[in-house]
Amino acid sequence: MILDKLSARLEEVQEFEKERVPASKFKRWRSFLGMYAGEHTAGTEFVIGPLFVAHGVAAGDLVFGLLAGNILAVLSWAFLCAPIAVRERITLYYKLEKICGRNLTTLYNLVNALMFCFLAGSMIAVSATAVGIPFNLPMAKLDDWLPHSFSWVLIVLVVGFVTTLIATLGYNQVSRVANLAAPWMILVFLAAAIAVLPELGLTKAGDFWHVANEKIWTGIPREGQSKFTFWHVMFFAWFCNMAMHIGMADMSVLRYAKKANAGLASAGGMFVGHYFAWLASGILYAVFLQKNQNSAEFAPGPIAYYAAGVAGAACVIIAGWTTANPTIYRAGLAIQAIMPKSKTWKVTLIVGLITTTAACFPALVMRLLDFVALSGLVLMPMGAIIFIDFWVFPKLGLKSNLAELRQMRWNWAAALTWFLTLGTCLAINKSMGIEIFFLGLPGWFVAVLLYIGLSYILQPGKTAKG
Amino acid sequence: MKILLAILAITGLALTLIPAILVFTGKIEFATHKQLMFAGFLLWFAVAPFWMKEGGA
Repeated sequence: MILDKLSARLEEVQEFEKERVPASKFKRWRSFLGMYAGEHTAGTEFVIGPLFVAHGVAAGDLVFGLLAGNILAVLSWAFLCAPIAVRERITLYYKLEKICGRNLTTLYNLVNALMFCFLAGSMIAVSATAVGIPFNLPMAKLDDWLPHSFSWVLIVLVVGFVTTLIATLGYNQVSRVANLAAPWMILVFLAAAIAVLPELGLTKAGDFWHVANEKIWTGIPREGQSKFTFWHVMFFAWFCNMAMHIGMADMSVLRYAKKANAGLASAGGMFVGHYFAWLASGILYAVFLQKNQNSAEFAPGPIAYYAAGVAGAACVIIAGWTTANPTIYRAGLAIQAIMPKSKTWKVTLIVGLITTTAACFPALVMRLLDFVALSGLVLMPMGAIIFIDFWVFPKLGLKSNLAELRQMRWNWAAALTWFLTLGTCLAINKSMGIEIFFLGLPGWFVAVLLYIGLSYILQPGKTAKG
Repeated sequence: MKILLAILAITGLALTLIPAILVFTGKIEFATHKQLMFAGFLLWFAVAPFWMKEGGA
């Protein structure tokens, strides 16, 4: 009964699922600034910054690559996602139903939920590295993919269980804790990095660039890691949230914005979380390497604990937890859209179990950069489809929102665009050896051309069918 | 009350950041910075929920 009541409360969150947001609910761009800053200063930042160090990024490549990539990400939010969001004012899922039909949207939801599960799993693993400190938990190494000890699995299971339970019982409380923690977490990142700088031999701000090049971002990858350049950094910073901006997932958020310029508020997230937090966590990892004779261990918990004590370890736990929790909840919602009659808490529980199982595998953390790039790439074609359907189809005399118009459950033009775009990206990757970080850009143009071409072939003269 | 909560909450944040700057400038020990940061963590999470409830942040 208690769960039923809580479940009802959870469902209250799903506002305006199938209707336009009314003007009374519009928010000014400043509301989005804090939201983006909080959302993008999360558990993943404790992993991404150190992975750049491990991949041997040079200081200049990192600083300027992040600058360029983050500007491009903000522009993608502002000029691709937000203009459609404020004109349509409906969720991504509802928009996809109108264009792609219910069954294809269901498939998209499944893929989306799976991506959310893995992302949440990596955050549970990150939290577990901090929870394990008092137990002297042996930490995973950079090249570990499989669970390396029984105690690791045990701690992950406990953290996963607690995270899932909280996600099941109350989204609102988690959201409040996340908002509460956001300004503090940002300062922990900053403070921890400043405090350890003297250990790298930096005592004057003017020497930062020299120390950065010599001791932090040296340009030399760790053993077994590929070398990252300016282009890797720029494209990663641009595309790590590709599902949200170019992929249009943030339509669901920005539909509440008064004007499209709210998309520029994403700069709050990009330049706090994806700039300073990544630089800060990279500095912490460099100190960890120096202190531990270039240990192959890779564990955000002990790294933060060394730099900021109990507050640092708590920051890793809270950051991981506040990222994993809403992610599990979102995955639950995506699956519930497929099975609307099932209770939210039951779905969330199942999602939590999948997530916790995934979290036992350190590969999720060690290959986080690849995974984040992959998840953005997989969901991106749907964003290209929405963009073309909204802006270009009316000019070409093609029908927008075809599935709604013709009562279709499966829009083949959209489905083939999705599958063939991903197939093309895979072919480019395999035949030309182009890494996953770079595939989003050609992939978007492939999706655009395919959707227009396939719609020309499949739209004219077709009658309504189910 | 609101002003008091604001002062305490901001003190929590200040205890998180300022000790790090003092370590960098060589004014305090690294271990002291960790202790002060812990105090800041406790203060922020103890006070900020009430401060936010009052509409302070």
